[in-house]
Amino acid sequence: MGLQEKLKELEEKGLNEISLAKELSKLNEVRVNFLGKKGPITEVLRGMRDLSKEERPKVGEFANRVRDNLTAKIEKRRTELEAEALNKKLSEEALDVTLPGTPMNQGQPHVIQQIIDNIEDLFLGMGYQVVEGPEVELDRYNFEMLNLPKDHPARDMQDTFYITDEVLMRSQTSPVQARTMEKHDFSKGPLKMISPGVVYRRDTDDATHSHQFHQIEGLVIDKNITMGDLKGTLVTLAKELFGDRFEVRLRPSYFPFTEPSVEADVTCFNCMGKGCSVCKYTGWIEVLGAGMVHPNVLKMAGVDTEVYGGFAFGLGPDRFAMLRYGVDDIRNFYLNDVRFLSQFNKRG
Amino acid sequence: MKLSYEWLSKYLDLDGVEPKDLAEKIERTAVEVDSVTRLDYKLKKIVVGHTLEVTDHPDSDHLHVCQVDVGEDEPIQIVCGAPNIAADQDVIVALHGSRIKDNVKIKRSKMRGVKSNGMICALQEIGYPDNVVPKEFVDGIYVFPADSGVKPGDSVMEALGMDDDIIDTSVTPNRGDMFSMNGNAHEIAAILDQTANFDVAEIESSLQSETKLLDQIKIEINDEKDTPVYKMMGVEGVSIKESPFWLQTLLMKVGIRPINNVVDVTNYVMLKYGQPLHAYDLSSLKGKTISVSDAKEGSEFETLDGMKRELRSSDLMIMADNVPVGMAGIMGGLDSEVTNQTQNVVIEAAIFDPIKIRKAARYHNLHSEAAMRFERGIDYSALNQALKEAAILIAQFSDGRVLDGVVEGSNVKKSPQVVTVTLPRINKILGTSLSKGEVLDIFRRLDFETEFDDQEQTFTISVPVRRWDIHIEADILEEVARIFGYDNLPVTLPTGAPTVGQLTAKQKLIRASRNVLEGLGLTQAMSYGLTTIAKSARFVKDDHAQVKVNWPMTKDREALRMNLISGLLDDVAYNQARSVDNIALYEQGRVFYANGSGQPEEIEHIAGVISGSIQAKSWNEPEKLVSFFDIKGIVEQYLKNLALTGEITYTAVQDLDGMHPGRTAEVKLDGQIIGFLGQIHPLTAKEFKIKETYVFELNLTEIVNAQKKLQHYSVISKYPAITRDVAMLISKDVTNEQILNVIRETKQANLVNVELFDVYAGEHLEDGMKSMAYQLTYQDINDTLQEDTVNQEFSKVIEQLKEQLDATIR
Repeated sequence: MGLQEKLKELEEKGLNEISLAKELSKLNEVRVNFLGKKGPITEVLRGMRDLSKEERPKVGEFANRVRDNLTAKIEKRRTELEAEALNKKLSEEALDVTLPGTPMNQGQPHVIQQIIDNIEDLFLGMGYQVVEGPEVELDRYNFEMLNLPKDHPARDMQDTFYITDEVLMRSQTSPVQARTMEKHDFSKGPLKMISPGVVYRRDTDDATHSHQFHQIEGLVIDKNITMGDLKGTLVTLAKELFGDRFEVRLRPSYFPFTEPSVEADVTCFNCMGKGCSVCKYTGWIEVLGAGMVHPNVLKMAGVDTEVYGGFAFGLGPDRFAMLRYGVDDIRNFYLNDVRFLSQFNKRG
Repeated sequence: MKLSYEWLSKYLDLDGVEPKDLAEKIERTAVEVDSVTRLDYKLKKIVVGHTLEVTDHPDSDHLHVCQVDVGEDEPIQIVCGAPNIAADQDVIVALHGSRIKDNVKIKRSKMRGVKSNGMICALQEIGYPDNVVPKEFVDGIYVFPADSGVKPGDSVMEALGMDDDIIDTSVTPNRGDMFSMNGNAHEIAAILDQTANFDVAEIESSLQSETKLLDQIKIEINDEKDTPVYKMMGVEGVSIKESPFWLQTLLMKVGIRPINNVVDVTNYVMLKYGQPLHAYDLSSLKGKTISVSDAKEGSEFETLDGMKRELRSSDLMIMADNVPVGMAGIMGGLDSEVTNQTQNVVIEAAIFDPIKIRKAARYHNLHSEAAMRFERGIDYSALNQALKEAAILIAQFSDGRVLDGVVEGSNVKKSPQVVTVTLPRINKILGTSLSKGEVLDIFRRLDFETEFDDQEQTFTISVPVRRWDIHIEADILEEVARIFGYDNLPVTLPTGAPTVGQLTAKQKLIRASRNVLEGLGLTQAMSYGLTTIAKSARFVKDDHAQVKVNWPMTKDREALRMNLISGLLDDVAYNQARSVDNIALYEQGRVFYANGSGQPEEIEHIAGVISGSIQAKSWNEPEKLVSFFDIKGIVEQYLKNLALTGEITYTAVQDLDGMHPGRTAEVKLDGQIIGFLGQIHPLTAKEFKIKETYVFELNLTEIVNAQKKLQHYSVISKYPAITRDVAMLISKDVTNEQILNVIRETKQANLVNVELFDVYAGEHLEDGMKSMAYQLTYQDINDTLQEDTVNQEFSKVIEQLKEQLDATIR
């Protein structure tokens, strides 16, 4: 048998073994066996010196071709085997992706806080400052400077916790108005503020009453503030809180610290104005009180009523939360039941 | 006030104005409307029946068998149990198939074997509340009076006027004028742009007596502030009986119980004019001098309702020869009450100091219809007519005659309030562009006499006395805005000099604090500021004084909190009692420390609580119970985020109220205590009924005021870091902080980090010893560190640890 035939036979044998190799180690063995320094091909090539000068290049070329072919086939097989091995590994690694993820701890802002932040952001965007005031107030700021002298009938509307004759738990956030107005330097520009905070009333806690709740007071004092501006502001606020689908209705009302006074209603979100038990069949839900600041209030704070005027509004985030989310018991806000608090987890 | 639509339509042309629409207009222009209702809502097939024959039921001692003419060909048989049923009565019959109150269906039935084809009803059974039903019919069926003119088969709903729409308004404290039909008529006339018809009664000669009232009583009013107006008229020869049917049904549908022809008239006139009246039996006042004065403190007085009331000196009393006969403006006395025997009556029409009336009504909890009106003010211009009309109607209804003359004790007069406002001012404040004509038209609709000065562009408005709520320009602006319509106002936003809307540093820090804690897994809680005296003072080391409320409503809400933790522990207890065991909550709010007699100090605090497990058991993770180091980790991470310039340290504290003596640390900023953290004392936990719980509370005001680092960037070294581990055996008493201090004090130039990676005490270690292992990281910013340098630095650390802390390096 000539060298060429021998090589041919080796090639066939090699190709066969490559195709039979099922593992990388086996394939490696094949490579060493056929292509290694001590392998049969090298040996065949060694026998070339016995060949004639004419035959030598031909056989050499043939031998190289066999070696290259085997090398290429081994590489190809290796890639195949590697891919197979990887696929096998990956398929073994497959998970039930429907299993729950590892629980991460994430706290939530209180639902009332969310509403307060929401309103703060809206008004910050309109150039208002956020101002806080004391929760334990002087009668003077809580009532007298708001045009509610002692014995004013409207004081009955807000039964108050007193600490002493002159010191009380504020029954509204309006005293912050009086305090801010008194301090504001109008030569430096208009006063635009909101004041969120806790207020207290002598109410027995039940589903709709709480001795503690929140209020947000708003106040704008400038040279050319109109009732139209108040209306526009309230409409903007209502749309922010309840959405564009809702109508806003203003009604005359009475607050000692504003004149004219208004109450704002929005379309009942439960029945969309058709009338239901939530809105007592009126189609409207009362959401806030407001008005043009009473001249007496301005005067008591030392503001020149000939030059300046403005509007004020007040609303209750607790009530908003109850309305917006259908919370039927105000006490839920202060019990801090984790199952309640964690429901309000919508961000953005 | 309950407004009868039918009554209103006597003043105004309401054709084509549906009650609901009218209510909507009132609400948008004047006062809130609580409801629009009809008494006949859902009532069906209820007719007048005439009892032809009433016999006792054969098998019952209280039932009767009645043959009733209900306007059909044949009378029907109805079994009735009412004690006052009798033959020849006109009664309310609910026929077979009818619907009565609460939509209850009445069907033919047998009662103890006797057929009953319907039901004879009490007023309550067709929807009248108990307190408006005439007393004689409260415990039985209603019997129509002879003057009702009803016939069998007539609709009861029509006969009683139940088909009238009742608009119930909620009158604000300023609109006392809306507490009368006349006031409402004026208002609605303005809303609808109509002229209301007001009838003005005059005494006909046939009703006039020659006898002078002045001969019978005198009135002396000394204080015109307490009693600006006090007048009386009398009617002689009255026979007390029930009022005309129309008046009774009218009163009942607006919620007032008919009593008799005198009291009903006073109520009717009060509804019409808003002027409360009181009728006395003249015999109890005859020959006496009437006066008004403060009550004797502590004296007793029996009011009309039969209640004995202890008086205060601030209560105003009507006196007859210095003996009290009535509580001014609130309720009359039992002794001078009009009874069936009364022959002559005297009617009081007065105006009292609203503040005194309000105080008395509140104190005695007697918010009568009269008191409600006195508190909000009375129309000075209506009093005379109201008094006269009452006298006329009483005389008419009781076959009496009006005594000659009005006796006056005081008569302060009010004249129209003149208010001026310019046209530009109106438009400036309302944001409108109304013309002079449009504004004048509004005043015309309101029936306010107005002059306009073209030169000055000024309206001079003469506000009628009936609108005593209007005094100043702003009040007039409200009138213009209301009648123009709030709906028609423009929708604009404030213009003018721009302002920056920006949170203060404190507000930003508080928001950031909330965000950080929420990111760390804590949910925001909101608790009550008022708590028990005991809870308010828990967990407070310093000697702060408590703030307590006067007259607390309950023991639970007596003092202002001086800590937030108590509230959070209540929350933990609430949740754990409901099997919600894993809690992570925080609260940001104020604590209060008394400050003499003035306002207390209000300090912002932030506190957190964790209980149960910090990591709940899940299918792939084991449960991780809360520990001291979790709460500490939360606080450390939180404070790290705040970038305080000062140094934060944690020092063990053994004696903090409510806290575990071995597991509590004070948090210090540059040596100043700013709060604490640790485990709730097991006994305190038991007291609150909570599981093992860890808490922190920090003074946020201090943190807000503390200096903060500027955010800055340090270059990250490009050169490799080299680490060295040191494990040492050391006495258990040596703290981590001591070890770190020793390492730090060696001041190695290239030591960039020290990290504790193992703590061990127990088996295989000598008693009183523990093993601590740290990894030290060395790195140079400018160069690759040489092993030698690191070894040199590290050996110094080892040396110091051995020397200063007696550590055995392992």
